[in-house]
Amino acid sequence: MTTATFDMPVGAQKSFGTAGVAVALLLPIALVNAIGFILPVLNLARMSFNEALPGGGIAEALTAANWTGLLHDSFYIELITNSIVVSLGITLATLLVSYPIALYLHRASGAWRTFLTVLVISPLLTSAVVRTYGWIALLAEQGPVANVIASMGFQPPRMMFNTTGVVIGLTEILMPYMILSLMAGFGRLDPKVEEAARTLGATPFRTFWRVILPLTLPGIALGCLLCFVLAISSFITPKLMGGGRVFLLATEIYDQAIVTLNWPLAATLSMLVLIIFGAALAVYSRILRMIEG
Amino acid sequence: MEENPTSWFMRVTVTILFLFLLAPVLLVFPISFSGDQILAFPPSSWSLQWYEALLGNTVMMSAFLTSLGLATVVTVLSLIIAIPASYAIVRLKVTGSEFLFNLFTAPLLLPTIVLGLAILIIFASMGLLATFTGLVIGHLVITLPYALRVLSVSLGNLNLACEEAAASLGAKPLAVFGKVTLPMMAPGIVAATALCFLVSFDEVVITLFLTGPRMTTLPVELFHHVESQADPLVASVSVLLILMTLAVVMIVDRTMGLTKAFMK
Repeated sequence: MTTATFDMPVGAQKSFGTAGVAVALLLPIALVNAIGFILPVLNLARMSFNEALPGGGIAEALTAANWTGLLHDSFYIELITNSIVVSLGITLATLLVSYPIALYLHRASGAWRTFLTVLVISPLLTSAVVRTYGWIALLAEQGPVANVIASMGFQPPRMMFNTTGVVIGLTEILMPYMILSLMAGFGRLDPKVEEAARTLGATPFRTFWRVILPLTLPGIALGCLLCFVLAISSFITPKLMGGGRVFLLATEIYDQAIVTLNWPLAATLSMLVLIIFGAALAVYSRILRMIEG
Repeated sequence: MEENPTSWFMRVTVTILFLFLLAPVLLVFPISFSGDQILAFPPSSWSLQWYEALLGNTVMMSAFLTSLGLATVVTVLSLIIAIPASYAIVRLKVTGSEFLFNLFTAPLLLPTIVLGLAILIIFASMGLLATFTGLVIGHLVITLPYALRVLSVSLGNLNLACEEAAASLGAKPLAVFGKVTLPMMAPGIVAATALCFLVSFDEVVITLFLTGPRMTTLPVELFHHVESQADPLVASVSVLLILMTLAVVMIVDRTMGLTKAFMK
């Protein structure tokens, strides 16, 4: 071994050794990546062209039947449009409730800012199941929210096991992502610019509309992209708060995979979610170019 | 800050929105001390009955132990696999290391519902469903990207001078790594440990696809429980989950604080 080292030119020996060592170091992670990510995803794409047999069987095939079936079935067309519309609604609601917090945090400083940022991040560390459970308790028929509405003299609406509940729950669950994205994009918002607008006589509303909002558009675009893709692929909250009455893409994927055992259809719906992801990303980069340019 | 109606309005709005953000998590604490048989807020009486019920619930307790064991194994494996990988990518700068980094962190870009289904179909043919091994691999798919990211940042921020000094004084590469690089990576390793543990311990969607009646984790059992009946038992489990997360975060804060103090 030592003699060999002497015989070899130093550079060659080093590069050869480095490559060998690198392969050895990267092998375990590459294996997990191959078994748990690449192989399953390729297989999923392939599965969407297989044929589903009654009773959960699968026939190896190369048919577009799952795809064309989706587009001819009014249930699925409604499911897909419903998912997109509900996710857009959740994104808008999340933006509206997150923007004031992000703006406030952007202006805060020191320990107060750190404390509030921790408050914003802390729900992210709590399981979605736990937070959804909290919402079930809040929005139940005789729950605190219904009681407050009733005490004001109104008839409390049904907020559980329907789309309203899902929208409220998901809006709150996605808030931390939106707030953090908005704050990341608020870098260009210099308090001096606002001050200048105010000293030049702009009303607070005008300052917001003409100065603050345009400067924060990139952050808004990023937050909306993130919340939309998270909303359309979220499963726990629609499943638990929808009570089997709200049909969205993610819950349908799960039901087809676990209950109906129609894996080709579940795979097709999964691929559709990825296509919607791609479309959202394309819209985002287009909007971003419009803002920047 | 100047006192004007706008800032007063802003403060009230922000307070209300913070209450909205924190309400569901905060609500779980009083409910866990409910004396009622059903989920109601505010509870009509207070008791510890739901904590007693939790200790007596063999399904929940065994799911808790599974989760604990699973998160521990997954965390240890994540470090063993990701530390060498981050070294190869950051220090050895192999050809296409940027591509490899993106490839190995790509699973985080996929929605868990899609990844879960994809893994379910492959694991079904391998006989890995509802097995501990299957759960470990399934969790590694999402903990490794986090570990690789945190460790690569940590390694990239290290000053090369110490390693070069050790090497020029005649230390073998492995000795340099073990005696210089690894100790200097300690804060990153602690952060990666905490992150992997929490991600694995809290994972629901992918795990839902891979568990079965024989092998289940605490978040999955909690999910099934809420699905069938929303009683205060879920609240007591939730409080334990939250306290556990808090403990991990505080341990990290302590250790990281200590490490930084030690290094200075």
